[in-house]
Amino acid sequence: MHKGQRTQLGQDREVVEKVHRPTLELGITGGPHSQRDGEDRGRDPLWWKKRLRLSEFLAEKLVMLVAFVSFALIVLIFVFVFRETVPLLLSSSEAKVGLHPPEEQETYGDVAPLVTERHQTPKSESKGASMDVSGEGSADIKNLSGPMWQPVSSLPKYGLFPLITGSIKVTVVAMVIAAPIGVLAALFTASFAPRWAKEFLKPAIEVLAGFPSVVIGFFALVVLASFLQSVFGFQYRLNAFVGGLALSLAVIPIIYTISEDALSAVPKVLTEASLALGATRWQTALLVVLPAATPGVFAAILIGIGRAFGETMIVLMATGNAAILSISPLDPVRTMSATIGAEMAEVVFGETHYSVLFLIGLILFIFTFALNGIAELFIRQRLLKRFKGN
Amino acid sequence: MIGRKFLDFTVTTVSASSALFIILIVLVLIGDILLNGWSTLSWEFITESPMQGMTEGGIFPAIFGTFLLVVIMSFVGVPIGTVTAIYLSEYAGQKSIFARAIRFAVNTLAGVPAIVFGLFGLGFFVQFVGGGVDQVVSGGAELRWGQPNILWSSLTMALLTLPVVIISVEESIKTVPRELREASLALGATKWTTIRKIVLPNSITGILTGAILAVSRGAGEVAPILFTGAAYFLPKLPDSLSDQFMELGYHIFIMSTQSTDVEATIGIQYATTLVLLALTFSLNFSAIFLRYKVRTRSAH
Repeated sequence: MHKGQRTQLGQDREVVEKVHRPTLELGITGGPHSQRDGEDRGRDPLWWKKRLRLSEFLAEKLVMLVAFVSFALIVLIFVFVFRETVPLLLSSSEAKVGLHPPEEQETYGDVAPLVTERHQTPKSESKGASMDVSGEGSADIKNLSGPMWQPVSSLPKYGLFPLITGSIKVTVVAMVIAAPIGVLAALFTASFAPRWAKEFLKPAIEVLAGFPSVVIGFFALVVLASFLQSVFGFQYRLNAFVGGLALSLAVIPIIYTISEDALSAVPKVLTEASLALGATRWQTALLVVLPAATPGVFAAILIGIGRAFGETMIVLMATGNAAILSISPLDPVRTMSATIGAEMAEVVFGETHYSVLFLIGLILFIFTFALNGIAELFIRQRLLKRFKGN
Repeated sequence: MIGRKFLDFTVTTVSASSALFIILIVLVLIGDILLNGWSTLSWEFITESPMQGMTEGGIFPAIFGTFLLVVIMSFVGVPIGTVTAIYLSEYAGQKSIFARAIRFAVNTLAGVPAIVFGLFGLGFFVQFVGGGVDQVVSGGAELRWGQPNILWSSLTMALLTLPVVIISVEESIKTVPRELREASLALGATKWTTIRKIVLPNSITGILTGAILAVSRGAGEVAPILFTGAAYFLPKLPDSLSDQFMELGYHIFIMSTQSTDVEATIGIQYATTLVLLALTFSLNFSAIFLRYKVRTRSAH
């Protein structure tokens, strides 16, 4: 018994040193000295090592595989949204597909006429008469870049221009309201606010961030729109301004949270140095803290723009959804996201209209992807470098 | 000197009023919905089906549909999110390109518009996967999976809420003390055993927080389910994964924009909004409470 054990241990050590050196470096050192049956151990002194290494290896690879889902998802989203737009690229052969039979109008009508009735769409048809007929219902470049969005008519027009300007208009309104409020409120929390004020503000922001967008849209549709119309006497109850204002409620928490992170990450040394030199609190806040955190605040605004641009339910409910081309923020607009939301359920799979809606989605995806990429890679890293470099 | 004081006062006032504006807006939102929704809310409203062409009755099918949606969503999203968080916090190397790609993907996913997820759900789940299954099962003769249903909606929503789970779980895994891991490794446990027996049990509250936040987000999002499975009105509850379903947020959207007489159902709309809001808020508050508990533990 004694002898046997000794030799066995000896062998064990030898083999371990010869063969399994690398595993020691991987941190898989030390046996479990498990309570498992000694027989097994007697036969093969390395049974547990092999087992552990294999299961460790498998576990790590499995974890990596699951983690890969997130990355694969980004690629898949791009591929599958792009896939449905491919027919557009080959549109010349399918040019005639866009011509709808007349009854198609009625299925789409579920949404459109009701919405237009309710939202008092201004007559935009009159301009359509003078449109050149070159498009012929196909979705070639000329039609896509046209000034009219009339996907359901005997001569469908897929001009994305009014939708893109609609999205931009609503986003600008939302950002003009949300950016100053979000950043200033963040500055207030970081530089001025007494403790008790923070105790109120932070939960309020969390609550606002927790509002489902459909609830904000509902509030804008039912309360905000009528209120603003009675105060300012808007011609159209639902318009880009109402939509933008409602949208700003969804964007403020994002801008606040990210810029507050950046502002409170500014080293205390800077603030104290500034105050010690005799600067007042506002001078310190505006001339020292805010400039130091500029990249973070900029990132906050970029991410806010991305959110505003892609948000669907609020604009679908509160902007009036009329695809008209105008500069005035008091006209109703139809944004890109709202167009997808309102029309996708009514289109026939594989049609030109269907493909164009996917194209709009692709544009939305690429735009927000680019914004997030810039905010993420470029600005946040610069912010970190700046603070660490000092 | 007066100018300086005046400026100090102005800057403080302006920034404070921004903060005040946010608090006021939150109070107005909650107050309006609470006051207008309370009068219609009743036990019958929660437990009955819509009646008389949705102008009377309750919203039970919508509540049930929302519940089913978030349960299926959690079963898929929470495990994937948790394992990804484990990878990011336990395995990912500082310089690893793979790890940086994953991190970038998670951050990007968080910023992808919900409507794009809806398009993806339609293009991938409904058309590609569902259509493919139909081809295999019946040679494309019967359209069962290749159309919008609750399974595709839930999967789409699971992907949408994935970043929420990942970020929340990773944050809580980071608060597990280093000493615990080291003690486990020193006793001879392997890395995987340490994760299973030490890290995961100690971050269970974080996983729960992530799940709750994801459910709250999933219950509130409407854009991804617009064309992947939500239905306007159904006479019966869904009893199979290939059925369509009614959902609270979608119900609000439909009732307030698509019905013929919006004014007549305004009470139902407000009460539905109140139910949805109560649901998301109670979820959010329990998440905040759990997170608070995790943070106080890490302070010890």
